[in-house]
Amino acid sequence: MNRPDEMISIQGLTKRFDALTAVDNITFSVKRGEVLGFLGPNGAGKSTTMKMVTGYLPITSGHASVCGYDVENHALESRRHVGYLPEGAPLYGDMTTEAFLGFIAEVRGFKGVDKKRRIDLSVQRLGLEPVFNRPIETLSKGFKRRVGFAQAILHDPEVLILDEPTDGLDPNQKFQVRELIKNMAAEKAIVISTHILEEVTAVCTRAVIIANGRLVFDGTPEALASRSPSRHLDDVFRELTTKH
Amino acid sequence: MRYVWVIIKRELGAYFSTPLAYVFICIFLGLSGALTFFVGNFFERGQADLNSFFNFHPWLYLFLIPAVSMRLWAEERKTGTVELLLTLPTPIWAVVIGKFLAAWSFIAIALIFTFPLWITVNYLGEPDNGVILASYIGSLVMAGGYLAIGSCLSAVTKNQVIAFILTAVVCFLFLMSGVELVQSFFQGWAPDFVLDTVRNLSFLTHFNVIVRGVIDLRDVIYFASLIGVFLYVNAAIVDLTRGS
Repeated sequence: MNRPDEMISIQGLTKRFDALTAVDNITFSVKRGEVLGFLGPNGAGKSTTMKMVTGYLPITSGHASVCGYDVENHALESRRHVGYLPEGAPLYGDMTTEAFLGFIAEVRGFKGVDKKRRIDLSVQRLGLEPVFNRPIETLSKGFKRRVGFAQAILHDPEVLILDEPTDGLDPNQKFQVRELIKNMAAEKAIVISTHILEEVTAVCTRAVIIANGRLVFDGTPEALASRSPSRHLDDVFRELTTKH
Repeated sequence: MRYVWVIIKRELGAYFSTPLAYVFICIFLGLSGALTFFVGNFFERGQADLNSFFNFHPWLYLFLIPAVSMRLWAEERKTGTVELLLTLPTPIWAVVIGKFLAAWSFIAIALIFTFPLWITVNYLGEPDNGVILASYIGSLVMAGGYLAIGSCLSAVTKNQVIAFILTAVVCFLFLMSGVELVQSFFQGWAPDFVLDTVRNLSFLTHFNVIVRGVIDLRDVIYFASLIGVFLYVNAAIVDLTRGS
């Protein structure tokens, strides 16, 4: 069913919380080499969708699979292929960056030299050297976000799911993270949720917009921009997510 | 198994990287010492045993163990790190057991630091060290029972204070069911099997047997099944409250 280049496959994904339907029958897939910008107003169901794909939230109906592994029936196997930065980048504040990345590396099954090499690589990619030995709770918001990012790419996953990766970063740090995403894009499938529209034109090869839990747009950023005579993404976004 | 070990290492590290461990150990040693000498009349009894030390353990644990267990899950849920933890490729049972074993080892460390009492009683007289060893084991096993209840109830809430109070109340019920007062309430009118059940549910009934130096299979089974049941429910609660 799954073609080898189809890294994330979402079919009819639905999540209901009692009476509220947070995600309503969403279907799309992400291929290797794609950077998918997952857009929508706050509360549209972006995070809920990501939480279901990473196996944190139980799915009400529909299916999601990562690298061919169903996220519910082969939960552990699918999670091995995913790097996930949850919304707000929750971290263990009492640990140092070093101890925290060490913990993640060990959970992911790395030992000894391999573990050290992977931590070093992540630290270097995110520029975490200055805070390597500091407790995470003492770090600035930008560094915390980057520690969360480092944790997600530590095992060099084929699929990266990043919930607002540039939130709280200054313009330089945003640039750095976007460059990092672009550099990794070729051999991975990456999903980033954001409500910063220029991010889409800056890094994404494809944009998916959801509003009220429903998919309202799926196409290239260029196709998105061409929908408005003004060619402003803001206008298209507003039009797509408010008309009902 | 590898996962359990990694979780234990992280959790034990978390105890000692915050003041919690040191505060707990100091208070535990201070209180158990004070109770032994001033309330338990260690010297006046003129007996070479540590009964005046161990007899207070069920009551000391009543409020000290909930203080250790309340953070186990409630803190993770409050800070959102539970999302990070449960989207790693670790089975839930491994995390539950790892957290429990880490807390239990921590209590064991606190118990080991009471060794000056053991030296004192050996210096003053000739106690039965076999009984003392059995009492230490009994105390540790009973602490495991308290901890399993505490870990389970910690998963119920995001609020550590609520987790503390719930645990203290439930443990209190488990304690009181073995006290004379409660027993005499049932005596006379309730059938024998009810009386036996209530008595057998109590920590006190089983602990008192072990403290006398008798390690009976029934008492071991009691504590083992108590821990097993509460950790099983704990894992179920963690699974059910995912994402809430």
